[in-house]
Amino acid sequence: MSHGKEVISIWFFIGALLFIYGVLITGAGIYGLSHPPEAEVVLWNLHAAIWWGALLIVLGAIYLYLYAPFRRNRS
Amino acid sequence: MPVIPSLLLLQAPARLISLGSVDIAIIAIYFVTVLLIGFYLKGQSGTGEDFFLAGREMTAWIAGLSFLSANLGSLELMGWAAASYQYGILATHWYWIGAIPAMLFLGLVMMPFYYISKTHSVPGYLQLRFGEPSRALSAVSFAFMTVLMSGINMYSMALVMKVVLGWDINFSIWVSSLTVAVYVALGGLRSAIFNEVLQFVLIWLGALLIPILGLIEAGGWDGLQKRIAQNFAAQDYTHLWRTFGSFSDNPMGIHWTGIVLGLGWVISFGYWTTDFLVVQRVLAARDLRSAKMAPVIGAGFKMLVPFIVILPGLLGLGVLPMKLTGEGAAVASGGHSYNEVLPLMLARYCGPGLLGLGITALIAGFMSGMAGNVSAFATVWTYDIYRAFMNKDAGDAHYVGMGRWCTIVGVLVSIGAAYLVMQFQSIMDYVQALFSFFIAPLFGTVLLGMLWKRATPAGGFWGLLAGTVSSIGMWAWVKADPSALRIIALSPDARDMAENMYRGLWSWIICVAVTCIVSMMTTPLPEKSLVGLVYGCTEIPAEGAIPLHHRPAFWAAIVIVVFFILNLYFW
Repeated sequence: MSHGKEVISIWFFIGALLFIYGVLITGAGIYGLSHPPEAEVVLWNLHAAIWWGALLIVLGAIYLYLYAPFRRNRS
Repeated sequence: MPVIPSLLLLQAPARLISLGSVDIAIIAIYFVTVLLIGFYLKGQSGTGEDFFLAGREMTAWIAGLSFLSANLGSLELMGWAAASYQYGILATHWYWIGAIPAMLFLGLVMMPFYYISKTHSVPGYLQLRFGEPSRALSAVSFAFMTVLMSGINMYSMALVMKVVLGWDINFSIWVSSLTVAVYVALGGLRSAIFNEVLQFVLIWLGALLIPILGLIEAGGWDGLQKRIAQNFAAQDYTHLWRTFGSFSDNPMGIHWTGIVLGLGWVISFGYWTTDFLVVQRVLAARDLRSAKMAPVIGAGFKMLVPFIVILPGLLGLGVLPMKLTGEGAAVASGGHSYNEVLPLMLARYCGPGLLGLGITALIAGFMSGMAGNVSAFATVWTYDIYRAFMNKDAGDAHYVGMGRWCTIVGVLVSIGAAYLVMQFQSIMDYVQALFSFFIAPLFGTVLLGMLWKRATPAGGFWGLLAGTVSSIGMWAWVKADPSALRIIALSPDARDMAENMYRGLWSWIICVAVTCIVSMMTTPLPEKSLVGLVYGCTEIPAEGAIPLHHRPAFWAAIVIVVFFILNLYFW
C-alpha cells in the first residue's frame, strides 16, 4: 500500500486520524452518559458514539502499528 | 457518473443540524490533515511523471480506491439518497448495471491499451491513435466541462452547507476550494490520490452508521419493506426490475431497454472508460497488473455503495414520521424536501461527535470530487492543449510549473463558475445535457480505436464530431418541440432520465456508423504505427505464473457473479 520514495505511508495518516477521531467520539459518548442532550437521537439507548468511537480507536491503532515509520525503517 | 442537482433548489426554512464543539474539532482536524499530506508530498512531485501521474507508482488498492473516490462526491451521496427517496431502489441501477460491467471492461479490456501506450490522458490516447484533430476536440470539450462541473458542484455543496449547517455560502466555497487548490498544487496527482483514499475511508466510516442504525430501527430489510409498503401502498419502491416492463409503470418513466442499452451500455461505459477524471487514477498504477486490478477493486466497492447512499433514502421512506416532497411543495408547506433526506437521517441517529464525523464525510466527498476535477483539468490543459498547441518544446520543469499554476487557475475559474451558477441557476438545466453530449460519442471513438485496426484518423475525428453534433441536435429538437420525445425516447411517457439514456444510445450509434463509413472510404494506417494502441497489433504482456487470487480476471469473475446475485435477489 505504499511505494518507493515515500517514508510515511498514507495508511499511517489514516490510522492517526481514525485514532484521534475515535478518542474524541468515544469521549463525547461517555460524556453524554452523564449529560444527555436535550433532544436525544433515535436509538440513543444503544450509545452508538461509544462503540463506534471504540471501533475507530481499534482500527486506527492497527493501522498506526502496521504502517508506523519506525517499522518500515527497521525492515 | 455525475448526478446533479435538483440540490440546487434547496431552500429549507431553518438549518437542519447544529454542531457542537467536538463536531467542529473533528471537521477542523480533517482540514489540517489533508493540508499536512499536501505539504508532506510536495517534495515528491518534481517531474512531470510525478506531478501528473503520481510517478506511476500506485498500488492496485490505492489506485482502485482513488478511482472510486474521485466519483464518490458529496453530491453523489446527497443526490442519490434524495433520488432513492423519490424513486425507491431503482436508483441502485446507477451503481450496479450503470457501473459494474463498465468498470470491469475498463480493467480487463481497455486498460492494457491505455497503459501500454504510456499516454498521459484519454485525449492523449486519441492523439496517438487518430491524430491531433481528435485530441483537440476531446481535450477542449473535456477541459470546459470539467471546470464548469467543478463550479456547479462547488456551489451546490456550499448551498448544502448553508441549508444543513447555516454556514455562509462564500465561506464554504472559498475555504474548501482553496484547501483543495493548496494540496493538489503542492503534491500533484499523488497528493490528490492519497487524500482521496483518506476521504474514501472517512466517507464510509461517517455514513455507515445511518444504514446500520436504520435497519435496527426498521427491523431489518424485511421490516423496512413492510414499513415502506404501509406508508406508500400505491408504488413499488423495493424491487429493481419488475416495474420496467412499461414506461408508465415506474416513477422514472423509463423502459428496461433504456436502462440496459442506454445506461448499462452507452452512458455507463462512456463515463467509466473514457472520462479522464476517473481513468487518470488508474493510469497512475505501478504496473499493468495493478492497472487492470484497480478498476476491479473499485467495482467491488462500488457494488457496496448503495448501502450508504440508497439505503438511507429507503429508510427515510420507512421510518421518517413526515413525508418528504419536492422543493416547491416543501417551501410552500414549510416542510422538508427529499433533497434533505440524508442530513435528516444523520440528525436522526447521530449525536455529538458522530454528527461531526458524518458532516466530515460530506465535506470529504466534496473535496475528493473537486480534487479529481482539478488534477484532471491540469493534466489535459498542460499536455493536450498547452504543450500540443502553444508551447511544444519547453522542458519538463516548465510543464510541471504550468501544471501547478493550472491547478490554482482551475480552482479560481471553478469558483467563478460557482458564482455564475449562483446568479443564473437555469445554467444547471443545460449542463447535465452538455456533459452527456461528449461522453457517449467519445466512448464509440475510443472503443473502435482500441478494437478495430481499420479505423482511420479521419473516421475517428468525423465520427466523434458527428456523434457530438447529433446529440446536441436531438437535445435541441426536443427543447423546441417536446413532442419529439416520443421519437427520441420511443414513448411520449418518457421522462428526462429516459431521454438522456436514449439520446446517448443514438449518438453512440451515429458515432460508430460514421466512423466505420469514413474509415472504409479512407486509407488505413500501417499496422506498425498501431502497435501498443490497437487489439490485434499489440502483444499484451502475459501475467506469468502468478497465483489465481492475484489475477484480475479471477476477481472480476467473482464481482460479476455477486452482481448477478444482487440483481436477482432484489429483482
